[in-house]
Amino acid sequence: MYPQEFLYTKEHEWIRVDEGIGTIGITDFAQKELGDIVYVEVAKPGERVAANESLGTVESVKAVSEIFSPVSGEVTAVNAKLQNNPEMLNTDPHGEAWLIQVRLSDRGEIEKLMTAEEYEAYIQKEKST
Amino acid sequence: MRYLPNSDSDRAAMLKATGRSSVDEFFDRIPEELRFEGPLNLPGPLSEPEILEYFRETSQRSAREYVSLLGAGAYTHYVPVAVNALLSRSEFFTAYTPYQAEIAQGTLQAMFEFQTLMTQLTGMEVGNASLYDGSTATTEAVLMALRVTRRNRVLVARTVHPEYCQVLRTFIRHQGTEIQEIPYEDSGQLDLARLESALDAGTAAVVVQSPNFFGTLERTAQIAEAAHRSGALLIVTIAEPLSLAVVKPPAEADIVCGEAQSFGVRVAFGGPYVGFLTAKEKFLRQMPGRLVGQTVDKEGRRGFVLTLATREQHIRREKATSNICTNQSLCALAVTIYLSLLGKNGLKRLAELNLAKAHYAARQLESIPGVITPFRAPHFNEFVVRPPCDADELLADLQKEKIIGGLSLERFYPELRNHLLVCVTETVSREAIDRMVDAYRRAAGSRRETENGGENAELVEAAMRRHREE
Repeated sequence: MYPQEFLYTKEHEWIRVDEGIGTIGITDFAQKELGDIVYVEVAKPGERVAANESLGTVESVKAVSEIFSPVSGEVTAVNAKLQNNPEMLNTDPHGEAWLIQVRLSDRGEIEKLMTAEEYEAYIQKEKST
Repeated sequence: MRYLPNSDSDRAAMLKATGRSSVDEFFDRIPEELRFEGPLNLPGPLSEPEILEYFRETSQRSAREYVSLLGAGAYTHYVPVAVNALLSRSEFFTAYTPYQAEIAQGTLQAMFEFQTLMTQLTGMEVGNASLYDGSTATTEAVLMALRVTRRNRVLVARTVHPEYCQVLRTFIRHQGTEIQEIPYEDSGQLDLARLESALDAGTAAVVVQSPNFFGTLERTAQIAEAAHRSGALLIVTIAEPLSLAVVKPPAEADIVCGEAQSFGVRVAFGGPYVGFLTAKEKFLRQMPGRLVGQTVDKEGRRGFVLTLATREQHIRREKATSNICTNQSLCALAVTIYLSLLGKNGLKRLAELNLAKAHYAARQLESIPGVITPFRAPHFNEFVVRPPCDADELLADLQKEKIIGGLSLERFYPELRNHLLVCVTETVSREAIDRMVDAYRRAAGSRRETENGGENAELVEAAMRRHREE
């Protein structure tokens, strides 16, 4: 369910790091909790984001939620497809519906994130509370 | 429900809970010099018939028989009786936001129509279901522009309603946003050259009013071009939206907002007013307040619901689009009824009537030696005039004629000493305009007799020069 090559946050974002560039999205658990997603808004290329701070919002029919960045760095790309097809976040949150790419400024930050196993244990606990 | 705040026993219970023996003791922490001594200067209680009699008498003393030439953001227009008759229906008689779509279809539809009507008038693509008044609508438009551009500097024309500017400054004084005022030129319009030099990469928005506080129309297309070159948004605020029936809508703007009191809401002791905010669709998600959308229910029937409510404060708390906006559903309903009653052609004819009367009054006044209408830009139903005598004396003279002659501009614009802002709507008869003009003529005549040239000759010369220029 949760890809091994990703790292995860307690706020339900994932990140995949490739040669210093992190691709960031929201997890399958997050999209289920949010319900039908109708709008996505994220930082623009060239802007800086900071770890644990908001990099944008996801709007569903129920609520507008912040997306928190797992890492600090400069935005290198955003997923333009989401502008017109935000519902992709419900159907393919770990693939096609990535949100944003960031050039990491501090590699050490990813060590604080959860592995797939840790994240699955974490959401099991979330579900039971 | 009885509107009695508390009883003697309630007060005794509260005092006991706080461990005090009397109300005076309860308040003894307030320093003595700050406490009010003696009885309040209030009349004693009245019985119901006495209260009714009091209001009947008071209403008779109010200045109903006066002709008002006051505008400046509050416009006297005739309100068809159907507006109040429909407004008073119990189905509509709540100003509260209809969050429960299943019991509020009529109200929601009226709000949806309000949004549609306002966007048709302003040339914008989306509108919200009203705001508190013109000043807060202007402020919300600025906050919206700050969110959209993520910039922090706002250029505001000096010709924007001074009270709108005060409200704007109050809202943003503690959030580090810089406001720069752009002066007006001799025509009574925003100084374009000064605007160009003030615009920079940090400018979020340019705010102009059109018709502006002096009644003159701003060159919104040119202003939009300049603003957009710097990546700033153009906000056009409108205090007299009746003008939109004859003036080209400022469709080149990004946000058009303002005051809709002109449409079916009477002027009365400072309120109520009704703000509107319309914008380009791409800014939809940064719009404050309620929006009503049209949808279908599960059986495919048309219905109306509040939409984008996920961004409102009851869900997003401190991260809401706006935490300080409110709506004016009942007044917005009055606007909807009024505009529906008049229709497109009726509204245009009414606007033409306002235009014709105001221009007739201005031309008559200009023909009097010593009277100056300083601003040459086109105006709608309001204009600035400099009388040939002391403006306050003239206003007193007009008041004897049961005419409220206008607003003294010096209060807001020290540089416009002895200038009056005069508004002529359809409620002012030709006969009343002529009586006003006569008062100016008398003032000019007595001035010629008592003064020997000097400033008077200079004024006449200036007036003549302007006429030659025309």
